[in-house]
Amino acid sequence: MDQDPIIIIGTGLAGYSVAREFRKHDKQTPVVLITRDDGASYYKPDISEAKAKGRDPAELVQKTAEEMAEMLDVVVRTHEQVETIQPEAHQIQLAGETLTYDKLVLAWGAEPVVLNLCGDATDDIHKVNHLADYRIFRDNLPADAHVAVLGAGLIGCEFANDLTEAGHPVTVADPAAWPLSQLIPQAAGEAVQNALSHAGVTWHLGHAATGVHHGEDGKYRITLDDETVVEADIVLSAVGLKASVQLAEDAGLSVDRGIVVDRTLRTSDADIYALGDCAEVDGHWRPYVAPLMQCARTLGKTLAADEDDTPGQVTYPTLPIIIKTHACPVIAYPPVDGHGEWQVEGDGSALEATCRDKNGNMVGFVLTGEATNKRRDYIKDAPALMG
Amino acid sequence: MKKWQCIVCGFEYDEAEGMPDEGIEPGTKWDDIPDDWTCPDCGAPKDDFEMMEVE
Repeated sequence: MDQDPIIIIGTGLAGYSVAREFRKHDKQTPVVLITRDDGASYYKPDISEAKAKGRDPAELVQKTAEEMAEMLDVVVRTHEQVETIQPEAHQIQLAGETLTYDKLVLAWGAEPVVLNLCGDATDDIHKVNHLADYRIFRDNLPADAHVAVLGAGLIGCEFANDLTEAGHPVTVADPAAWPLSQLIPQAAGEAVQNALSHAGVTWHLGHAATGVHHGEDGKYRITLDDETVVEADIVLSAVGLKASVQLAEDAGLSVDRGIVVDRTLRTSDADIYALGDCAEVDGHWRPYVAPLMQCARTLGKTLAADEDDTPGQVTYPTLPIIIKTHACPVIAYPPVDGHGEWQVEGDGSALEATCRDKNGNMVGFVLTGEATNKRRDYIKDAPALMG
Repeated sequence: MKKWQCIVCGFEYDEAEGMPDEGIEPGTKWDDIPDDWTCPDCGAPKDDFEMMEVE
């Protein structure tokens, strides 16, 4: 009798990593990965450094779907959209076929938040959460084009840095008062802002974009809520991510900010697991590489274990977020529960910010510029992300 | 012989052990690993590794 496979939906870092970890423990059980794109394996953080390094989108591909399938001894089905999941029947529905799974892993990631903007050019706004999106952005990016970046978060700042370094005039707009405002305190944000200003970035902070319109000579006109108008040749939106949950919700699984899973990465259905940017693990939604890799290692083992074995529980050690703004690099470890008092030391772009709770315990830290060299000392002293 | 760690995902490279599966012989020094080599677990570039303290 043929054994039903483990089916993994998604071939990003989460999907491929869990397949790789599983194969370290189980070389027999069939594994099928399903993706709506071409299944190429790439390292997503490379995208926001590619332009200045002179790398074309095609060069970011580390392995094709065929190469991944061979390396991991799995089946990779590309350009397939999963239409529904039927947990009771252990089945998923593709456009022309029904597949039965033994265990199902949801690893389909997140989608960019889309701003509600007015104007006749909103359809031309680019996003860059996938290599395919990035390819389109680069195909539409003439040399020396002035780029307007909407959003001064991690991706917005990394792109501003990369495009400026590559010689593009860049303007960044964000309603927050300083860059990276959700991750770092004001003084650290201003260090990043100053360094990038020095590199050539123009900032419009404290004002939200309200519209994107076609202007003259093929340019775009971006309007802000203070009536400012920014002219640019191309517009990139980088205002954040949200977990993709619809398909899971339709299947009756619990969802909140992401697909709800416990520390064993199990959803509200015993045979369906989730990890990566689509999953909320024990109340934490952390759409970053490091937590994802911890989950992949734990889940790979669990999927390979016997039914009676107690499944492993994922923990996150102190995993800071690395922000590759080369003009002023940042290592951020915001307090896990969001509370605490920040104290900032240092001068120029080399700052050390420490966040303490009311008992004086360090609960988070941020290092900028040269101070990022001290990360090991801080990592040792800071509490685990999810211990 | 030194150990290096991927700061992104925690993967460790031990010079003494090398990575025979990837064609890197035991004893291969970090400096001798090609610059376009990437973390076998998460795909991070070589730049994202740092030397670990040997305990």
